[in-house]
Amino acid sequence: MLYFARWKAAAILLTALIVCAFAVPNFVSKDTVKNWPSWAQRYVVLGLDLQGGSHILLEVDAADVRKQRLEALRADVQKTLREARIQYQARPTVRGNAVEVRIRDGQNFQTALEKLRGLSQPITNNIIGVTGQQTLQVTDAGGGLFRLAPTEEATNDRIRQTVDQAIPIIERRVNELGLVEPTVQRQGVDRILVQVPGLGDPKRLLDIIGRTAKLEFRLVNQNVSPQNVPPDSEVLCETRDQSKTDVKPPLCEGGSPVVVYKEVLVEGGNLTDAKAAFDQNNQPVVDFTFDATGARKFGEVTQENVGRPFAIILDQKVISAPVIREPILGGRGQISGNFTVQSAGDLAILLRAGALPAKLTPIEQRVVGPGLGQDSITKGEYASIVGAALVIIFMLVTYGLFGFFANVAVAVNVGMIFGVLSMLNATLTLPGIAGIVLTVGIAVDSNVLIYERIREEVRHGRNAIPAIDAGFTRALATILDSNITTFIAAAVLFFIGTGPVKGFAVTLGIGIITTLFTAFTLTRLIVAYWVRMVRPQRVPI
Amino acid sequence: MRLFPLRIVPDDTSFDFIRFRRISFPISAMLSLLAIFLYFHHGLNFGIDFKGGILMEVRVKSGAADLAKMRATIAGLDLGDFQLQNFGAPSDVLIRIAEQPGGEAAQAAAKQKIHDALGNDVDYRREDVVGPRVSGELLYKGILGMFAAIAAILCYLWFRFEWQFALGAMIANVHDIVLTLGFMSITQVDFDLTSIAALLTILGYSLNDTVVIYDRIREMLRRYKKMPMPELLNVSINATLSRSIITHVTVAMSLLALLLFGGQAIHSFTATMMFGVVLVGTYTSVFIASPILIYLGVGATRGQARGDAAEEEEPEPEKPTTKSPARPAARARR
Repeated sequence: MLYFARWKAAAILLTALIVCAFAVPNFVSKDTVKNWPSWAQRYVVLGLDLQGGSHILLEVDAADVRKQRLEALRADVQKTLREARIQYQARPTVRGNAVEVRIRDGQNFQTALEKLRGLSQPITNNIIGVTGQQTLQVTDAGGGLFRLAPTEEATNDRIRQTVDQAIPIIERRVNELGLVEPTVQRQGVDRILVQVPGLGDPKRLLDIIGRTAKLEFRLVNQNVSPQNVPPDSEVLCETRDQSKTDVKPPLCEGGSPVVVYKEVLVEGGNLTDAKAAFDQNNQPVVDFTFDATGARKFGEVTQENVGRPFAIILDQKVISAPVIREPILGGRGQISGNFTVQSAGDLAILLRAGALPAKLTPIEQRVVGPGLGQDSITKGEYASIVGAALVIIFMLVTYGLFGFFANVAVAVNVGMIFGVLSMLNATLTLPGIAGIVLTVGIAVDSNVLIYERIREEVRHGRNAIPAIDAGFTRALATILDSNITTFIAAAVLFFIGTGPVKGFAVTLGIGIITTLFTAFTLTRLIVAYWVRMVRPQRVPI
Repeated sequence: MRLFPLRIVPDDTSFDFIRFRRISFPISAMLSLLAIFLYFHHGLNFGIDFKGGILMEVRVKSGAADLAKMRATIAGLDLGDFQLQNFGAPSDVLIRIAEQPGGEAAQAAAKQKIHDALGNDVDYRREDVVGPRVSGELLYKGILGMFAAIAAILCYLWFRFEWQFALGAMIANVHDIVLTLGFMSITQVDFDLTSIAALLTILGYSLNDTVVIYDRIREMLRRYKKMPMPELLNVSINATLSRSIITHVTVAMSLLALLLFGGQAIHSFTATMMFGVVLVGTYTSVFIASPILIYLGVGATRGQARGDAAEEEEPEPEKPTTKSPARPAARARR
């Protein structure tokens, strides 16, 4: 136990040194580190609770996804039947979680069923390929009534895709705000976690990432009043303040109702660029540019409808409905509508980044101001220093020279924890600091176990060197067992826990590994060298 | 060479911990029942992580916060249940608003109302909004995590020791958790995600302690084939006593530093840990986890089947009677 081959000793010291060295960038100014090779530029990232920032968890609105899917399915059914020249009694309609259609002619039932079944597709999966499940369940309800219901799997699949599509869009939006190191990641099936360090205005952030930003151009139906709306039109609200969410038709309190046709003539998806600008009256506006398809459509529509008001609609709200004075053929246009400089800028960001494929709801939102973060760091540091000082003194008093050895081992241990955290670019949170402090407790414990065992061996009449040897052998078995149990708890916390719990688990888990390393190698090595140098006749503990 | 090594615990203690089980078991049973009663009667003070709602920490820009005025302002907003309390400094106020009916959007709207009402007199140091869907999940995941951790640890113990040890550790564990929940119920500290982390750490620590003693018991079981069980347990606990106490003193010192200087944000976390690790965990491993092995039938057949010759099998240097004359007292008293 006390003999180390020279290469082994060197390997142990080198490992400890290298791991500790990875912690160095945290203590050197960023400008210096910039000149270092990239593998050395690794930091412990401070969590949002320590540096301040916003944490927003968004959930895809499953109802919205389902609604869109059914609407698209209804159009598909109509198209399929029309192409097959099958006449229906009533137009396909969305009822509950299904599309229903009634076929007129009895002899067409079989063909219709086949055609409609053709709309269903097998669900594929990246990992196992074809899953054997279908996107639609087509049932014949008898009497020519057919029902097409998207399966649960298909809906989930669609939700998953929606999240995939939404993530890059949110990334673009957040990046446009010019924030430092934002992270946008998927969580579970239907959620997106957005973490942005240190933004001064969390409300604006939520405004930017939470809005669907679906831009539509539709004609205003001037012939009817809002009380009497034909099926091809609907009532939307025109509001002065776009951020107000509680202005809803049909009353539109705080805004005014506008009747628009349901048909969307041009969509925001055809935009190539949008930027904030000022019009001739020096009012903030948003200039936009269409791609080729968009420009052609926009040109046609404006040509055919000169003199009629054209509604610009964002997320089912009318921004403005200017009258078309002349055909707009260049594919460029301007949206004006009571903007401030900031709201015009934000709209431009949203239009450039594109619309979200479905509505996203913020279900959890945590904001920490930078002041609180700084306070937490200061307090955490202070508490750690006080705790460490108490432990160091206590160990010196209890074990003398061996206490000093233990303190060295624990210090190296803490250095290694920071080294590993830096290597992993892990995030340090406040509970994480608590985890480190507790690790110090565990690390001290491993030394205590060893020393107490040595004391015991001495009491049982062994000489100094055999006692030290036996003490290490026996104690290390116990240390392994007790640390593995704690490590299991940390691992479970890591996999199941969220947020603060996870941060705690990370430092605790890493701490246990470094503790095992120092107990099994470093402490032993130090004591072994001491034994070789001093050749003690009695153990000084 | 010798600095000033200190014996915190004298060598060769020989407390009869096992005899004490006749007192400690009823006490623990009573305390556990009391804790369960408290849990159902007072309940836990669930934080917004598990209940949903809004939590804000604000700092008044100048002077001390006028809680009464703030309370009146927020009461005027008609947001249902709310709590205001000073948090650390007199200028800091913690505002808790119960979950708003009407789903996710209603929470955001309520938060905006508070912003509008408090205006620019305060700095928003922290704002948490947890919607109903997340809060339910967080609680479920927390509880799941706890059970998964216990199960995983038990499997490990079963694998490393015998099943009786795993069962004994589990009883000790449940005892720890029940008492700590009772503590949380009495003190009404916020029960949030970090509390789950605290509970799990307590579990880990208590187990750690239990495993250290069990390890020794196993070693003794192998070495002294004839020693009666209560004495063997006593010797094991006494042998590890010094370590238990020194370790817990150091852990207590670390925690004390966190408790006193770590700030409000981790206050409930460290307070719970202090109670769980230092008070309950240590007590449990010594007075519950070890004595219970007798009832679980560890070493029940020892000393009967074998002849007297077995005594000679014991390795000489470790034989406790050679070094500590005080110890046989435990045997005699039995």
